[in-house]
Amino acid sequence: MWEYTEKVKDFFLHPKNVGEIEHPDAVGEVGSMLCGDALKLTLKIDKKTGRIIDARFQTFGCASAIASSSVLTELIKGKTLDEALELTNQDIAEYLGGLPKEKMHCSVMGREALEAAITNYRGETRPVEREEKVICKCFEVSEEKIRRVALENHLSTVEEITNYTKAGGGCGSCIPAIEAILKDIWSVKPECEAPKAHRKMTNLQRIALIQDVIEKEIRPRLQTDGGDIELIDVDGKRVIVSLRAMCVACPMSDVTVKGIEDKLRELVSEDLVVEAE
Amino acid sequence: MKPIYLDNNATTAVAPEVFEEMRPYLQEFYGNPSSMHTFGGQLYRKIEEAREKVAALIGAVPEEIIFTSCGTESDNTALMSAIESYPAKRHVITTRVEHPAVLNFCKHLARKGYRVTFLPVDSLGRLDMDAFSRAVDDDTAVVSVMYANNETGVVFPVREMGEVLRERKILFHTDAVQAVGKIPIDTRTLPVDMLSLSGHKVHAPKGVGVLYVRKGTRFYPYIIGGHQERGRRAGTENVASLIALGKACELAGSAFRGEVDYMGRLRDKLEKALLQCCPDVRVNGDTEHRLPNTANISFEYVEGEAILLRMDEYGICASSGSACTSGSLEPSHVLRTMGVSFTAIHGSIRFSLSRYTSDAEIDRVIEVMPGIIKELRGLSPYGRIKMVSG
Repeated sequence: MWEYTEKVKDFFLHPKNVGEIEHPDAVGEVGSMLCGDALKLTLKIDKKTGRIIDARFQTFGCASAIASSSVLTELIKGKTLDEALELTNQDIAEYLGGLPKEKMHCSVMGREALEAAITNYRGETRPVEREEKVICKCFEVSEEKIRRVALENHLSTVEEITNYTKAGGGCGSCIPAIEAILKDIWSVKPECEAPKAHRKMTNLQRIALIQDVIEKEIRPRLQTDGGDIELIDVDGKRVIVSLRAMCVACPMSDVTVKGIEDKLRELVSEDLVVEAE
Repeated sequence: MKPIYLDNNATTAVAPEVFEEMRPYLQEFYGNPSSMHTFGGQLYRKIEEAREKVAALIGAVPEEIIFTSCGTESDNTALMSAIESYPAKRHVITTRVEHPAVLNFCKHLARKGYRVTFLPVDSLGRLDMDAFSRAVDDDTAVVSVMYANNETGVVFPVREMGEVLRERKILFHTDAVQAVGKIPIDTRTLPVDMLSLSGHKVHAPKGVGVLYVRKGTRFYPYIIGGHQERGRRAGTENVASLIALGKACELAGSAFRGEVDYMGRLRDKLEKALLQCCPDVRVNGDTEHRLPNTANISFEYVEGEAILLRMDEYGICASSGSACTSGSLEPSHVLRTMGVSFTAIHGSIRFSLSRYTSDAEIDRVIEVMPGIIKELRGLSPYGRIKMVSG
């Protein structure tokens, strides 16, 4: 069973602002019944002040989707459109006292509906989803959405992307594509990380960093393929590792070792040589 | 508030008689049945009595009963034993709608290089027997097919399949975890070589299961260690739970017919009422060949988790095939294989009854469900459209 906060339960059992505004000034529809959740947001907007006078929602989805939608309407009422647009999915989740991490996509859906409604009101043509590059075909998630949500929420793993957007949670065939996007996002960004590879370190610091990179960057990726790795020793520039589990008999293990070396050279020191035991 | 528990395919209440029977073995009689002293050694006799009772329920002889820790262990053991016993054979047949205990084990075998055939089912959840006939070949080491499906309750033609396989001398295992205690099973006439059952589905506690292995069947142990279970399943016996399972099987056997009819009557009453009182409701699965205690019902335009949590407010327990109730984003593999539309899967609710379900409880569910569905459809953008036009 999901661990929902009292606030989520309350907004689910007694949702506020349910329904559809007659003759709305703005309509935002996101999701689909096929995907398991969908939200239709209707807004009444004061044309002079640009303030949202009323907001109502209709949601098909689980408890957290209904609660997130209801909170969204509460949070945007009385705000100007520009103020409303500053609302993030984290704001929705925080208002609810947090959401289970697998349910974060519900808060993202709320934020998307708001954006869609405001775009609709302003008469801008929203980039049509169909013209965008769809990465996850199961849940129709575009590359643009994955990039945006990853940046806004500081997501760096496929699992996190799935929790926030559902992408990759169906057949799983798009997981390599998501990995590539994440790699692309997070390898350009860190100007602060780049010098890492060149800075002076004590031996102990270097070993600790190698350990850290193996634990956080390398191991999780091997484990998704049923493999595993253990750091055996660091002897000067030589990093001796032992490949475990599915990696043991894997014909691609040479490639894996090379990949580990590249990663360690990138993040720790350019002169490292990785050897598998 | 005492819950209205309609989730008996997930687990069942321990019967009061069963608890009374096992209690002394959790307290004063804590010995090890393998010990030489009377204090421990006397428990051996009690375990054998439990074995006899389990055997009696399914028409087996005691030597054919191996106690395990759960249904999953029984399933894994059966498949592993078959593979080890016939190392030259590299083909395994199962279905797409198995419990994960079999399904994921077979996927594991596929990754290990085995050829695995996953048989499809039709829109009513009935097994494709033509596909079965085509799949069987001389390379087949074992066929593993569930007796009854945990989600829909649909019962498979295990006897028919067993007859084909017996003729071809191919090992046949059935996961009867959901079937035992709900439909008559007699291994004297049922052509299966191995059969799994689980304690906590038949009013015994969690943590005990059984693998039936027909006399003369090649067997290879899965858990290797001590001499327990005649060397076929090592590990100190879970004495109290084994005794409990014996008692639970005795109870199931003694009141069998009456209980089955009772559960069937209540289930039919619930199903009929729900189909009548809400629009856009459908039953999933073959109602002709089905467990008497299970009803899998789809409420279109609403999502299963939301339904369950609203039911929870009334203390009503059930389960759903919706994606949101699983750990993953994938909705029920069983309903998807049947080709049930996604909208219906998301709104699917499984009600599963037991001998302890009362008429009053069913009446209460019939009373509150229409309100829950109507309210959630009122929140849904689809429900409203549909309700206006319908």
